[in-house]
Amino acid sequence: MMRDVVLRILALIRKELKAVLNDPRARITLFVPPILQCFLFGYAASYDLTDVPYAVVDQDRSQASRELLAQLDGSGIFHRVGDGTVAGDAARALLDRRALVIVQIQQDFERQLQEGGTARVSVIGDGRNSNTAGIATGYVNTVIETFNAQWRQVHGDPGAGPPIRVVSRVWYNPNLETRWDLVPPLIANLSLLQTLLLTAMSVAREREQGTFDQLLVTPLTPTEIMIGKAVPSMIVGTLQATSILLVAIFWFRIPFAGSYATLYVGLLAFLLAAVGIGLLISSIVATMQQGMLFAFVCILPFTLLSGFATPLSTMPKVLQTATLLNPMRYGVDIAKQVYLQGADLHAVLPDLLPLGAMAVVTLSAAAWRFRHRL
Amino acid sequence: MNAKMVRVRALVVKEFRQIVRDPSSIAIAVVLPVMLILLFGYGLSFDIREAPIAVVDEDGSPDSRAVVAAFQLSPYFAVRLTPSAPRAEALLAANDVGGLIRIRPDFARHLRAGDAEIQVLVTGTDANNARLMEAYASGAIAEWSARSAAEGQPTVVGPAIAETRMWFNDANDSHYFLVPGLIVLVMTLIGSMLTALVMAREWERGTMEALFVTPLRPDELLLGKTIPYFVLGLLGLVLCLAAATLLFHVPFRGSVWMLAGVSMLYLLVALSVGLLISSAVKNQFLASQIVMITTFLPAFMLSGLVFDFRSMPAAVRAVTYVLPARYYVALLQTIFLAGDVWSVILPATAVLGLMAAVLLLATRRVTRKVLE
Repeated sequence: MMRDVVLRILALIRKELKAVLNDPRARITLFVPPILQCFLFGYAASYDLTDVPYAVVDQDRSQASRELLAQLDGSGIFHRVGDGTVAGDAARALLDRRALVIVQIQQDFERQLQEGGTARVSVIGDGRNSNTAGIATGYVNTVIETFNAQWRQVHGDPGAGPPIRVVSRVWYNPNLETRWDLVPPLIANLSLLQTLLLTAMSVAREREQGTFDQLLVTPLTPTEIMIGKAVPSMIVGTLQATSILLVAIFWFRIPFAGSYATLYVGLLAFLLAAVGIGLLISSIVATMQQGMLFAFVCILPFTLLSGFATPLSTMPKVLQTATLLNPMRYGVDIAKQVYLQGADLHAVLPDLLPLGAMAVVTLSAAAWRFRHRL
Repeated sequence: MNAKMVRVRALVVKEFRQIVRDPSSIAIAVVLPVMLILLFGYGLSFDIREAPIAVVDEDGSPDSRAVVAAFQLSPYFAVRLTPSAPRAEALLAANDVGGLIRIRPDFARHLRAGDAEIQVLVTGTDANNARLMEAYASGAIAEWSARSAAEGQPTVVGPAIAETRMWFNDANDSHYFLVPGLIVLVMTLIGSMLTALVMAREWERGTMEALFVTPLRPDELLLGKTIPYFVLGLLGLVLCLAAATLLFHVPFRGSVWMLAGVSMLYLLVALSVGLLISSAVKNQFLASQIVMITTFLPAFMLSGLVFDFRSMPAAVRAVTYVLPARYYVALLQTIFLAGDVWSVILPATAVLGLMAAVLLLATRRVTRKVLE
């Protein structure tokens, strides 16, 4: 009896996998977009600036001001697009988006330095993207600090008191590479996207083509049909997650700190929840188009509120509470923690439990709806 | 001429009825934009406010307490005073706090000897956040030293200091550039996604061929198909504009006419991309995937909306030049925050206009071919 059930489900799984993977166009849409997106995020999504065009207004034209500017130019990051003594030219460059920052050195820069006063450098960023501009002005600050240290060394330190060193260290991502924290979450992110779409449309497709009725007259029970629909999607999701993992490890060479077993246990719980949501959508909608739209409407907030793009702690309290219902939040957390921090099973338990609960609730709701619709 | 108008009007009326009756079109045209506005406006932010941070004061002197107070006063941090460094590190490892400030014993003595040290430790699992925390921590320390300098205490200021200002965005509020950027996403969604899906559906259901046997000419067909979605796009624009100015108080320094003009131009480009894709693949699922990959994701990732394209590898940067979204983002951010700056507007609208012309011609060609 039990053997029959397993055989029936296996047959359905084989049929589903064939339906998904036999069509070359479908194969391409399943595997090319995730990997493409992985490269896109890996290469394009970076808050690290490698090229900052800046305009100079040097009203001092002294030895000291030239030294400071030489340090900016020598940093390998800044390149000068405008040079003058008139503030208007630099403002023009910023307005035209040719320059990202303006560095303006005041007339008495060298004199102040020599007299131990405060030599001021105005740094103006283009607030039309205040995040990028903030990073760029931060870089200018670093250069000025280096300049200060050198100036102190050469000229002694008249007037000023003892310095405090701020010693910063960064855990898990010592060079603060954006790629490190954007690529690992994609393992969860992209596999959820596809799994959800696939399951949301799988039953709808059968319904649209009229084959769902045929399935119902087979000895398969609704629960067995559901398992037969869930397992192939999870296999595809796991394959996608693995391909992204491989790209992260071997192409981008982001060190994997955790254990693969933990990651895959987490992934299993995560995909189970995703499949549950997908099947629930599938049990509600009538056409493929509706399924796709519903899935899309879910995926958008899932992604934006997962802590993937921006940290959860900056969100308003209401939204932070809402993210507790977001499977992506836990998936992204598992991927980050296991990948970068080397977390073990015990550490990701707070993520696994809600995912398990979500899987149970959505799967049984979907099963109930399937049985109810008959 | 009159007959032509009648035919186009008939098609437009039919399209509008279809939109109104089909819940899925309404979902893309109204529900998704509203959701994007709320999610972007409230959920997305690059600004740190009250970030949880552990502070370990191992010194306990008046000097070290003053440093702690500087962190407590900072709007950027929510300080959790922690008695010992291992406890704080445990909090950090559990992600309960995003950073750790450690003031070693003998801080006060070292301060007078001139080699005091404050440790700042942040987790790099979110690199951008970590960098901001680091910068704000240095800022809080600098503020404290400036204050103690004013009181004649030992200082760390100088010799040269940078005075940073942010033009067009004095408040340094990331909503100011994210919310205008949102308009790009909504326009892309309505323009490309909705049209691609709707046209692909007509192909799938075979109603496209039915349209071909009517007296409708190809350009009339295109006109009839674009007008309703163009109107929907403008509706989305008004929605976003209202949200940006009324809900999120983003300053609007340009002119509304300029904004409307460039938005219509971008909408034309997005519409023709959607029409082209759908007539190329004629399959809803495939069309939606292609639209995601070629328009929506690039509009989010490669347009300069979030990430600076100057820092992308040369190959990726080359791709951004053919992205209409890149020019539209530049236009929107400028019109919203800087005003009608002709030196930005002219080149960008010229490129968009060229793109619109080329794409519309291409769409017309494709539509005519099928008719033969």
